[in-house]
Amino acid sequence: MKNIKFLLLGIFFAIVLSKSQAISWFRFYEMFRFQSFHMFGIIGGAVVISAIFMQLFKRGIIKDIHGNIITPKKKEKGVVRTLVGGTFFGIGWGISGACAGPIFVILGFKFLPALILLISALFGAFIYGLLSKKLPN
Amino acid sequence: MDFIFEPFAWFVGGPLIALSLVLYFYFGKNFGTSTDFETLCTLAGAGKFSDYFKKDWKERDFGLMFAIGLVIGGIIASNFLIPDQTVDLNPKTIQELTEIGFKNVANQYFPDEIFSNEAVFSLKGFLILVFSGLLIGFGTRYAGGCTSGHAITGLSSLQFPSLLAVIGFFIGGIIAAWFIIPTIF
Repeated sequence: MKNIKFLLLGIFFAIVLSKSQAISWFRFYEMFRFQSFHMFGIIGGAVVISAIFMQLFKRGIIKDIHGNIITPKKKEKGVVRTLVGGTFFGIGWGISGACAGPIFVILGFKFLPALILLISALFGAFIYGLLSKKLPN
Repeated sequence: MDFIFEPFAWFVGGPLIALSLVLYFYFGKNFGTSTDFETLCTLAGAGKFSDYFKKDWKERDFGLMFAIGLVIGGIIASNFLIPDQTVDLNPKTIQELTEIGFKNVANQYFPDEIFSNEAVFSLKGFLILVFSGLLIGFGTRYAGGCTSGHAITGLSSLQFPSLLAVIGFFIGGIIAAWFIIPTIF
């Protein structure tokens, strides 16, 4: 089972998000109302520390388990796709208080609503797949 | 031992999220959760409708294992690690939500107005979840990532498209929290 480490990492990540309240609807609402530092501290802190590691990856000081240089995938460019896609995602996130990872975690807390969110999100991804060639970048 | 039942402060949660990202990359894969939506679509047979989904899901099986881990972790956390789901919310946020009709604000992680069985089985509650889910799934794939892929991986590796996507996330989140939520409740 070469993928068991990803299963364990998923369990760890879910516990971290849950214990940090980074899956709570109220915490995200509070964040989008700019009424608390908590979520900004979590996301900002994660970004700053990750940025340090990204430099260590880039310089080859930390290599992956197979000894390869770690290079994050280049994100696709495009002003429309990132801004419009991002805004759609943000509206869904702001209303439901769930982004992609937490939807899976919330299944363990509130099964039925999270399942409806997940199935709808899969439909959303499916609709994107159908339209992907016709949408502006 | 009581500390395991206490919530993590931001300066504990942030670094542990970074550690998760570092391990994901160390294991040889690109960190990001929303790609798993596409893999699940492929697994559900979406390849019959669009070439976009004609991929070998086995090449992304690590992501599915991660997603299963997220569900198991959620079950463990909700049952054993968080005896008290009270959120130490800004009193102003509590007051504003109470004014628009939310009850028991911040006494638990998820508001009954959206997540209770009563809400889920009402037409309005059901539509709220479906509408949000569709936007999350469509938006994240169009934008090319979600909070983990863009906000954390993309920003920390200094990628400009991720900055635009995160600006989009906040435009959307602000529209939701300032206009949509007060209108629909």
